[in-house]
Amino acid sequence: MKATSIADRVKQIKGSGIREYFDIAERMEDAISLGVGEPDFVTPWSIREACIFSLEKGYTSYTSNWGLLELREMLSDKMYSEDSVYYDPEGEILITTGVSEGFDLALRAIVNPGDEVILHEPCYVSYKPCTQFTGGIPVSIETKVEDEFKLRAERIAERVTEKTKAIVLNYPNNPTGAALSRKDLEEIADVATEHDLLVISDEIYGKLTYEGKHTCFSALNGMKERTLLLNGFSKAYAMTGWRIGYAAGNKNVIEAMMKIHQYIMLCTPITAQMAAMEALRCDDETAKMVGEFNRRRRLMVEGLREIGLSCFEPKGAFYTFPSIASTGLTSAEFAKRLLFEHKVVVIPGSVFGDCGEGFIRCSYAVSQFEIKEALERMARFLESCGVK
Amino acid sequence: MKEERKEKQKEDEILKILEENARTSDNEIARMVGLDEEEVTSIISELEKRGIIMKYKALINYEKAGIETVQALIDVKLSPERGTGYDSVAERISRFSEVRSVRLVSGEHDLLVRVEGATMREVAHFVAEKIAPLEQVRNTVTHFLLRTYKANGEIYKEEEKGKRLAVTL
Repeated sequence: MKATSIADRVKQIKGSGIREYFDIAERMEDAISLGVGEPDFVTPWSIREACIFSLEKGYTSYTSNWGLLELREMLSDKMYSEDSVYYDPEGEILITTGVSEGFDLALRAIVNPGDEVILHEPCYVSYKPCTQFTGGIPVSIETKVEDEFKLRAERIAERVTEKTKAIVLNYPNNPTGAALSRKDLEEIADVATEHDLLVISDEIYGKLTYEGKHTCFSALNGMKERTLLLNGFSKAYAMTGWRIGYAAGNKNVIEAMMKIHQYIMLCTPITAQMAAMEALRCDDETAKMVGEFNRRRRLMVEGLREIGLSCFEPKGAFYTFPSIASTGLTSAEFAKRLLFEHKVVVIPGSVFGDCGEGFIRCSYAVSQFEIKEALERMARFLESCGVK
Repeated sequence: MKEERKEKQKEDEILKILEENARTSDNEIARMVGLDEEEVTSIISELEKRGIIMKYKALINYEKAGIETVQALIDVKLSPERGTGYDSVAERISRFSEVRSVRLVSGEHDLLVRVEGATMREVAHFVAEKIAPLEQVRNTVTHFLLRTYKANGEIYKEEEKGKRLAVTL
C-alpha cells in the first residue's frame, strides 16, 4: 500500500537486530543491569526544586528559539572560565533538546547528499543513522583496544576525500571510556585544518574524566571556528530525562541549525531550561558524583580482570569495554546467555559497530553493591564457559 | 612533599568511603583507591590510632526496629566560669550516659544538648535533676523530638525513584 510505505531514506537504516534481547532485559525481574546509559543518581534536589519553583511562578511558555538568553549567557561564562573559549550568547550558542537533537541539527545543517562524514567506531549508535538520514555517507574508522581506542590523525588523513565534510569526535567515549590527550587532539586539529573539515565534537562525557582534565576541542589553538561543540546536562548533572543540551560554534552553522530547530522543535521546554540554569550553579554535586564514579570504575575494572576478562582501563564516561574473546562466543551470544543463565544485562559490543564485536559494554553507573553482585554472577558464567 | 600530599589524598578518599559504608572491606577499598590491601589496612589502623576514625557504628532506624526511645534537644544557657569558660560545665554534662551529644552554639543559648531516654518522664526528670540544677546553668528549654526526617545525612523516608531503563545505548 502506497499510503503506508516507508521512505527509502528510513528503510535503509537497519534495526539493531537485538531489540528483542533488550525487551527481555527490560522485563526480567531481579536482573542486574549493567546496560544502563545514565547515572543512577536522581537529579540533585536543588535543581529539581528550582524547576518546581519555576512552575509555581508560572514559567510555562515558549522561549526564544535560541533558548533563554540568561541560560546562554551562563553557558558562555562557564565555557570561558573553564575552557577559555568565548562564545557569543547571541548567535553562537543554541539550546537544544539534548545532544541528540544537536547532532541531528548539525548534520542537517552542513551535509549535502553524498558528503562524507568520518566517524570512529565503536561509537554511539545514533551517529551513523543520523548521517544517513541526511543523505550523507558515514565513513567509519576502526579504533583498537591495543591503541586505547584512540582515533589517530593519520588514520583520518588516509580516509579523507574531496567529499569529506566533517569528523565526528566523541571523547570521553561511549562505549569504550577512551579519552584523547591534548596532543592527540592537536594532531586531529591539524588534519582538520589541512583538509578544511568541520569537527563535530560531542563532549557530553567531558565532565566525567578521571585522569587529568578534559580538553575541549574548540579550546585548541585556532579551532573555535572549525568546531561544532555539542554538550548537555544529562550525564554531568544526572538530568537525562530532561532532554536539554546545547550547541556552540561558528555563527553561520549555529544560525543554520537554529533555522531547522525553529521549525521542528520551536524551543527546548522552558522547564528544562529553568532547571539547567540551576544546574550550572551547583557544580559541587557533579564533583561528588564524579568521585563516586571513579571509585566504582576501579572496582569494576579490577573485578573484570580478576574474573578473567581483559579490560581496557577507561579514562572517562561510565563504561568499561572488556574483551570476551576468550569465551569464544560472539558478543550477542555472550549477552544473551549471561542474561538468561545469570540475570545480568550487558550490551553486546557489536551494537556500536562491527569492530565492537568481541567486546561487551558494562556500565558502572550502578551501586557498588550491584557491581559486586554482577561480577560474582559473571564469574560463575565465565567458569561455565571454561574461562578461568 | 608531593608524596605526602598524595598520601593525604588517599587517606581522605578512604575516610570518604568508610563514612559512606564502614563495612567496605579493605580489599574493596584497595581497588577503589588503587593501593595494595596491606597498605589500606595499615593506613586505616593508623587513622584509628590517631583517633581520626573514632569508632564504627551502625545507623539504626529505631522507629522501624520497633524500639521506642524518647529524645530531646535541650537549649542550655550558661554563665561562663572564670578560667575555663564553658568547657568544664560542658564536659561535665557530656559525661552523663543519657546525653548523646553536647555542642557549644552561637545565638540565644550556649549549649545544645541531645538527651535520650526510655520515656518522656525519664528525660524530663533527667533534665530537671541533673542539668538544670548545675551552678552554671541559668536556664534550659527542652524540645522533645517528634519525628526524624533526616539525620546523619540520611533521609529516613525512602524517596520513590523513577525506574531507569535496563538498557540505554
